[in-house]
Amino acid sequence: MQTSYSSSRILLPVRPWFIGFSLLLALLLNFLPTSVWPGVPDWLALVIVFWSVREPRMVGMGLAFLLGLAMDVADASLLGQHALAYVLAAYGGSALSRRILWFPLGQQALQVFPLLLLAQLVPFAVWAVVGAELPGMGYFLGPFLATFLWPLLTLILLLPQHQPVDRDDNRPL
Amino acid sequence: MDQQPPPFFKRGPAPVALLSFYVLLSMALLVVDARLQTLEVVRQALSMFTHPVQNLAHLPAQFLDNASSYFASAASLQSESAQLQRARLEQAATLQRSLHVEAENERLRKLLGVKERQQVSGQVAQILYSARDPYARRVIVDKGQQDRVIAGQPVIDDIGIVGQVTRVFPFVAEVTLITDKEQAVPVQVVRTGMRSVAFGLGNGELEMRFMPLNADIQNGDLLVTSGLDGIFPPGFPVAKVVHIESDTTYTFAQIRCAPVAAAEHFSEVIVLDPRPPVALPEELAEVVASKDSKASTRSARAKKKSPKKD
Repeated sequence: MQTSYSSSRILLPVRPWFIGFSLLLALLLNFLPTSVWPGVPDWLALVIVFWSVREPRMVGMGLAFLLGLAMDVADASLLGQHALAYVLAAYGGSALSRRILWFPLGQQALQVFPLLLLAQLVPFAVWAVVGAELPGMGYFLGPFLATFLWPLLTLILLLPQHQPVDRDDNRPL
Repeated sequence: MDQQPPPFFKRGPAPVALLSFYVLLSMALLVVDARLQTLEVVRQALSMFTHPVQNLAHLPAQFLDNASSYFASAASLQSESAQLQRARLEQAATLQRSLHVEAENERLRKLLGVKERQQVSGQVAQILYSARDPYARRVIVDKGQQDRVIAGQPVIDDIGIVGQVTRVFPFVAEVTLITDKEQAVPVQVVRTGMRSVAFGLGNGELEMRFMPLNADIQNGDLLVTSGLDGIFPPGFPVAKVVHIESDTTYTFAQIRCAPVAAAEHFSEVIVLDPRPPVALPEELAEVVASKDSKASTRSARAKKKSPKKD
């Protein structure tokens, strides 16, 4: 199953409700109590980057901004720090989307890594400016793990678009 | 004669324009939230969307918690019940005596003409989860505007002070623990009666700042609230001194304290009702009132930019 432009396979158009559902699921994953563990990736940043690379015209900076605000409210952190991080990540994703999609999945992940790191660095910078203490290195483990998850995420999130136009009951995918 | 591009070229504003708009907007939000704290309404509105999702996200953890307690064996429950019964009986005597002592104390205070100590009352709240921010020591409790919680109310548990309500949402409230970096509690050393202020360190401990090197403080000293702030009721345990470093190269002693209350664990807490403001003596009240009116006239004058001085 190849998913880059080099593939001759034509994907079905994405369904908007599926984008919304995946973003909401990522938000839910971020709200889980596990998210305070070091090294747990920022799921929402990952999914926002994914959709802004895949569908830059459907998921843009406006949606990223709103989701960032939701994160800020849930975090009880300064209003706007996650919004800023996600807006920058979404912009990077949509600006690089034409280039990133030409590469195979492994190299895509390498190009996505700086965006994810940026999304993690912005709240860090805001805290540093406000004068909070700085966390351990475990905080920066998240983007690394998220980078490794990129191929898997691509596989899962593109699954609904891989269905054939004329349904074959013997081969559902 | 207007030449319009075909509709499929219309893609809204340029990405860079959008980016600068959103970056500026979030920067403005950051600055306003950090400096002015006027965005609470926005926060409350957004929380109407985020709190259901957060509750949903905490269901699995709660389920695991409940499941483990559900499978606790009957034997351990029985022994716990017996233990509690015994503890209740043991405390009953102390409680009765303390009621008596309190009544006597009140009578004596009346005789002496000292103002009575305020009674404290409050409502029990459950800690739902802690805020996700890795730097902040804050928890969310399940009482909010619906239960008439207001910002500033002190929060205690069965052992001592836990923190203070800092933000109120429609159904929940955010409590800043005393170990948070931004939190300070006016305290008094029980052994010597010395007053000071304990600041949170952000790592689960507190610190007494600006204490002289020769201050009479020992390891294990209990700190209770002094009540001078008008927010925390006096006499509640706050922390125990665990480490004293009187290095002469510093101007002040470095005193670290561990909180007494189980502030960092999930449990039930009591949100105390806000303390009614203590009335000032009459002559002081007059001074304050005249100062207030002077200040307001001064500001009015400053607006008019008149060069007159009083």
